Amino acid sequence: MREDKSNPTQNPERRRFLEVLLGTGIVASLVSFFYPVIRYLIPPPSTDLGSNTVLAATVGELGINAGKIFRFGDHPALLVRMADGNYSAFSAVCTHLGCTVEYRPDLREIWCPCHNGKYDLHGRNISGPPPRPLTEFQVNVQGKDIYVSRTAAT
Amino acid sequence: MSPAGQVRDWLDERFGWDDLVAFIRHKTVPLHRYSYWYYLGGITLFLFTLQVVTGILLLLYYRPTPSDAFGSVQYIMTQVHFGWLIRSIHSWGANLMIFTAFAHMFSVAFFKAYRKPRELTWLSGIILLFLVLGFGFSGYLLPWNTLAFFATTVGTNLIGQVPLAGPWLLTFLRGGADVTGATLGRFFAFHVALLPGLATAFLLTHLLLVQRFGISVPPSLEPAWQAKPPAEREIRFFPNFMLRELMAWYLALGALGTLAALRPWGLGTKADPFASAPAGIRPEWYFMFMFETLKLIPARVGFMTGEALGVLVFGLAAVAWTLLPFLDRGGTGRKRRWAAGAVVFALGYVVGMTLYGYLVMAK
Repeated sequence: MREDKSNPTQNPERRRFLEVLLGTGIVASLVSFFYPVIRYLIPPPSTDLGSNTVLAATVGELGINAGKIFRFGDHPALLVRMADGNYSAFSAVCTHLGCTVEYRPDLREIWCPCHNGKYDLHGRNISGPPPRPLTEFQVNVQGKDIYVSRTAAT
Repeated sequence: MSPAGQVRDWLDERFGWDDLVAFIRHKTVPLHRYSYWYYLGGITLFLFTLQVVTGILLLLYYRPTPSDAFGSVQYIMTQVHFGWLIRSIHSWGANLMIFTAFAHMFSVAFFKAYRKPRELTWLSGIILLFLVLGFGFSGYLLPWNTLAFFATTVGTNLIGQVPLAGPWLLTFLRGGADVTGATLGRFFAFHVALLPGLATAFLLTHLLLVQRFGISVPPSLEPAWQAKPPAEREIRFFPNFMLRELMAWYLALGALGTLAALRPWGLGTKADPFASAPAGIRPEWYFMFMFETLKLIPARVGFMTGEALGVLVFGLAAVAWTLLPFLDRGGTGRKRRWAAGAVVFALGYVVGMTLYGYLVMAK
């Protein structure tokens, strides 16, 4: 190797300073490259939150002791007409692993086919793996239309 | 022994790591007054990797159907965090990559680096150039905007003028008689699957050949260069050349970021196949010289249409250009000069017609 007067190895302080400068620059660059990429990977929150009320069915569509899956925003929901003729509605997303539940007229329970989870007609998890009750929705019958809305209270 | 040393030993036992390192240490790059042209190939490679990365990112949100394509790109540009940046870098990067690929090719042509033994390196490079142009042509349609829709209609129509195989090629490219959703699906498949696969294979071949034959010194500089002592006429590839190349990459990235931030790539309006074409339909700048030439040829020349003749002439010119290393075998005197003349003519024609298209015809 040739001798070089400007060689930073002969000046430890200057060498250290240059190393810190270079290192900081590289780190700052990498942060500025990867920050946008990481932000990009997470999609913006869905704008399709849906309204808080949806027309679930019409009167007469469901017989006694029957259920119907309908779309509520981005998720399925379940409308049940109970033996006494009253309606109740729940989120149809099983709290265990997210399968869509169904109403079982023979059991008079809400049943998840994936892992045999069961909920009673108040949405409470009564058997099988589900850890939490189903979210219950409010049902309003207006004329011939049955509306389901999100309720703040559970 | 330190953990890093143990890993190194482990690798050395299996892959001959030390041999590989020694090999990289011995690799050198010629040093002379035109050495900076050597960075262009590396910059093109860097821009290609950047296209792969940003392309994968765009794939996360893009939807290749006529009803969704435009909206999904619009979504990327307006809703996704830094989506405008990623897509603008992809669009600007594509254009910059095509520019550096052309510049790299012409520098190789001027320095006669294609001569024996590097004929196949040239050949693989030309194939890469065609692939890159294919990327540009197919990618242009993907946002499904009006300009791209009609530019693709015109472009595929011209390919349909190729003698004999034309009609077949047209149907193959369009996936039918017209530019439709089938075309979009095909172009998408070409752009994200077929072309990347081919490009990767030819890129590896190209790099392997560059590695095998080393880097050429321009014949005009060679005698003076050979006369110098080795320490003055070459630098080590690693770390000296590599670090300089990294600086060039960093500058290229800086230029791209600046362009993307200050001039985000536009989107235009959604294509409507049943609306009439807007005025000023033109291809991307790298097809401009061919586009302008075709417009200058009369509608009928002898028994051929003007377009068919133009496409035929360009096809033959492309074949001749590809075979340049086999046509110019070196030699001295007049024989040596015709190749240089041809390269100057080619560059002059491409640059001249491109400028003509933008400065004269655009008005």
